Amino acid sequence: MAQAAIELIGINKSFGAVRANRDINLEVARGTIHGIVGENGAGKSTLMSILYGFYQADSGEIRVGGKPVSIHTSNDAIALGIGMVHQHFMLVDNFTVLENVILGAENDALLKSSIAKARSELERLEREYGLEVDPDAVIEELPVGLQQRVEILKALYRGAEILILDEPTGVLTPAEADHLFRILKQLKDQGKTIVLITHKLREIMAITDTVSVMRQGTMVATRTTKETTVGELAELMVGRRVLLRVEKGQSEAGAIKLSVKNLTVKDSRGVTMVDNVSFDVRGGEIVGIAGVAGNGQSELLEAISGIRHAVSGEVTLDGKPIDLTGKADPGELRDRGLAHVPEDRHHVGLVLAFEENENSILGYHDDERYLKGPFLDIDAIMADAKDKIEKYDIRPGNPRLKTANFSGGNQQKIVLAREMEQDPGVLIVGQPTRGVDVGAIEFIHKRLIAMRDQGKAVLVVSVELDEIRSLSDRILVMFAGRVVGERGPEATEGELGLLMAGVEHQEAAE
Amino acid sequence: MDIFIAIVQILDSTIRLSVPLLLACLAGLYSERAGVFDIGLEGKMLVGAFAGASAAAVFHSALIGLGMAILMSIAFAMVHGFASITHRGNQIVSGVAINFIAAGSTIMLGQAWFQQGGRTPALQPGERFEAIIWPGADAVRDVPIIGPIYAELISGHSILVYIAFLMVPFTWWVLYRTRFGLRMRAVGENPAAVDTAGISVAWLRYRALICTGILTGIAGAYLSMVQNGGFVKDMTAGKGYIALAALIFAKWKPVNAMFACLLFGFLDAASIRLQGSPLPLIGKVPAQFMQALPYVLTVILLAGFIGKAIPPRAGGVPYVKER
Ligand SMILES: Nc1ncnc2c1ncn2[C@@H]1O[C@H](COP(=O)(O)OP(=O)(O)OP(=O)(O)O)[C@@H](O)[C@H]1O
Ligand SMILES: [Mg+2]
Repeated sequence: MAQAAIELIGINKSFGAVRANRDINLEVARGTIHGIVGENGAGKSTLMSILYGFYQADSGEIRVGGKPVSIHTSNDAIALGIGMVHQHFMLVDNFTVLENVILGAENDALLKSSIAKARSELERLEREYGLEVDPDAVIEELPVGLQQRVEILKALYRGAEILILDEPTGVLTPAEADHLFRILKQLKDQGKTIVLITHKLREIMAITDTVSVMRQGTMVATRTTKETTVGELAELMVGRRVLLRVEKGQSEAGAIKLSVKNLTVKDSRGVTMVDNVSFDVRGGEIVGIAGVAGNGQSELLEAISGIRHAVSGEVTLDGKPIDLTGKADPGELRDRGLAHVPEDRHHVGLVLAFEENENSILGYHDDERYLKGPFLDIDAIMADAKDKIEKYDIRPGNPRLKTANFSGGNQQKIVLAREMEQDPGVLIVGQPTRGVDVGAIEFIHKRLIAMRDQGKAVLVVSVELDEIRSLSDRILVMFAGRVVGERGPEATEGELGLLMAGVEHQEAAE
Repeated sequence: MDIFIAIVQILDSTIRLSVPLLLACLAGLYSERAGVFDIGLEGKMLVGAFAGASAAAVFHSALIGLGMAILMSIAFAMVHGFASITHRGNQIVSGVAINFIAAGSTIMLGQAWFQQGGRTPALQPGERFEAIIWPGADAVRDVPIIGPIYAELISGHSILVYIAFLMVPFTWWVLYRTRFGLRMRAVGENPAAVDTAGISVAWLRYRALICTGILTGIAGAYLSMVQNGGFVKDMTAGKGYIALAALIFAKWKPVNAMFACLLFGFLDAASIRLQGSPLPLIGKVPAQFMQALPYVLTVILLAGFIGKAIPPRAGGVPYVKER
């Protein structure tokens, strides 16, 4: 194989007491796609951010193209031809695409020539790679898929020869992910080197040449992709055997717990997002809603959980109606036994500036268990938080840590633990395992099934077809705001895929 | 014709009164656009006013005065930067501290140096910035309409007034047409994006604060060397805070800032003019009411009329990447 594009030798990095990287060695060959997998909090993002000059390693050596280099700032990394697409995008939201692309890569003190150059460069990149995006669009008005495209364009515009992508597909629809992989293959054929971090082992198998596995800050193995299996990788990651598809018994559906009739919801611009949707969820069953992101699933969840107004329709919880048009009070719904794990944990599910223990009771802080007279019972809250940390294996296991300091997957576990441990009658979950590692996925799936077996009604919305198929007792497919089909768990991926693309729906309409 | 003359006079003093507001407001615009809240505009202006008047009196030169005003004001801006950028301190606390230090030290040093109860010596011609009479101003003074407008409104101000108003298009140009402006706007919105683009967040913010220091320095010099013939204690009298209100009002945009400051300057001018003389229908308006009007107006207009004023997203938050 060709010479190494990057060598990391003995990299160490600590954040306070957390040792994010310990003695990491990694070699990435030029012109290959190198995958990195590992549990949440394993230190993948940290390692790549060190390579990109965003963090400084405490010790260790970096070589690029065989030469030892010192990377103190991202500027050094960029000069060495390294580009990175971060897990959380590094874009200025109210800037245009063009402004984001030229930021830091301007020709001279005035913008005029940079803008002209960037415009023609973007056109070239668009033609070459099919990276289409309107250069004058404002970032915050673009869907995440396109925002990510801007990040890739930024790196290519700077002439990146080595491209790092940190969980790029977490926010993409399957079609967008396919497109991304085509681009990555094309970049590889041109001799560029790509490092890809992902939790989706299928993607690793499909696109990488080599794959490295991290666990709790250390590099535990590197394999040639062709010679490994998903099972082996999962085991290396977690340190034990992992069930990639959780086993579950037959469901025993009971009484209707949640019933939705003719629900119609509009978004803030007045566009109908949920169009006359009806379904029931019974106790003891998991109903999965599949669909390509943006087909109304988010709005449906928000309306049921009382965060968003509904235009019309009826929703009943345990036979009693929920006042939807008056924007039901989420607190009241919670009291009535409806728990909600929101899709967007950063904005809706957590207060990132709070400590872990505070987030683990948020929304339930009025509950007697956490109160001592008019005051919060700190001891009870701490004990409760420690309990959840243990049960859900939240890492690091420190309830006093600021929530922002947890890795993405562990933040997700904090929300799940809070909502599931309240023992609700009805649980609605948006994207239960977004950004979560295989070990945690197994755990979360097991918990959801356990809740079902206790007779709870569970409604799951996910863009991951695999997840929907392995969890659900019944699958509803949403397309353009409507439920266009209902299938059993035995439905094939192809069948669901067609429904999700609206194929059958159009035939029916004609 | 009397009313017309009166209006021209009010507008003329509107311009004079809005100049320090405008300079301070633009000063705040640089730092806040870069993500550093600066409640210390007031203090920096005061320091500028004191340093300017003192140096002008001692060295008998208006230009040296202006230079000192700018230098001292920049020095204070750098203290703010050191506390809030380098040491990631609370920006409000640092700003308030600067205001206190400025208020105290100017009086103390003034008394120690000049023994005039905290005042600086009255500035002589040549130590102040004189009004510039535009060519033909006197000739056209008697031409109806155009005459007074040219002679009173356009001509007859000091150089600092023209500088202040030229700073408006200049700031716009810097903000939207230069590399520095692009980066400055970016660092106020998302410093991590700037950092990962290979630019130093701290150095960028320091440079923005230098701009702030220059402008508050000029604003201070205007107060003590144009509007007044010397430094008087606490002569900024809350202008730094009104400038902050204007900045919010203007949604952190330079041209809006000019209109906001002109409006506030106008209210000030009108209140002086109306002092004591009753208004038709309303009767006598208490001076305090007129003085409170800029703030009241900001609250009311922000609450309902000009829409949401969204501050730079990273404003007030020190940039910390490793917790
Ligand atoms: N800026 C930071 N300050 C303090 N601690 C941090 C910081 N960034 C990461 N950490 C900690 O370092 C550890 C490694 O985090 P990192 O983000 O590298 O994990 P990861 O492998 O990318 O996980 P995920 O798959 O969830 O993204 C975690 O325990 C995390 O809490
Ligand atoms: Mg990560």
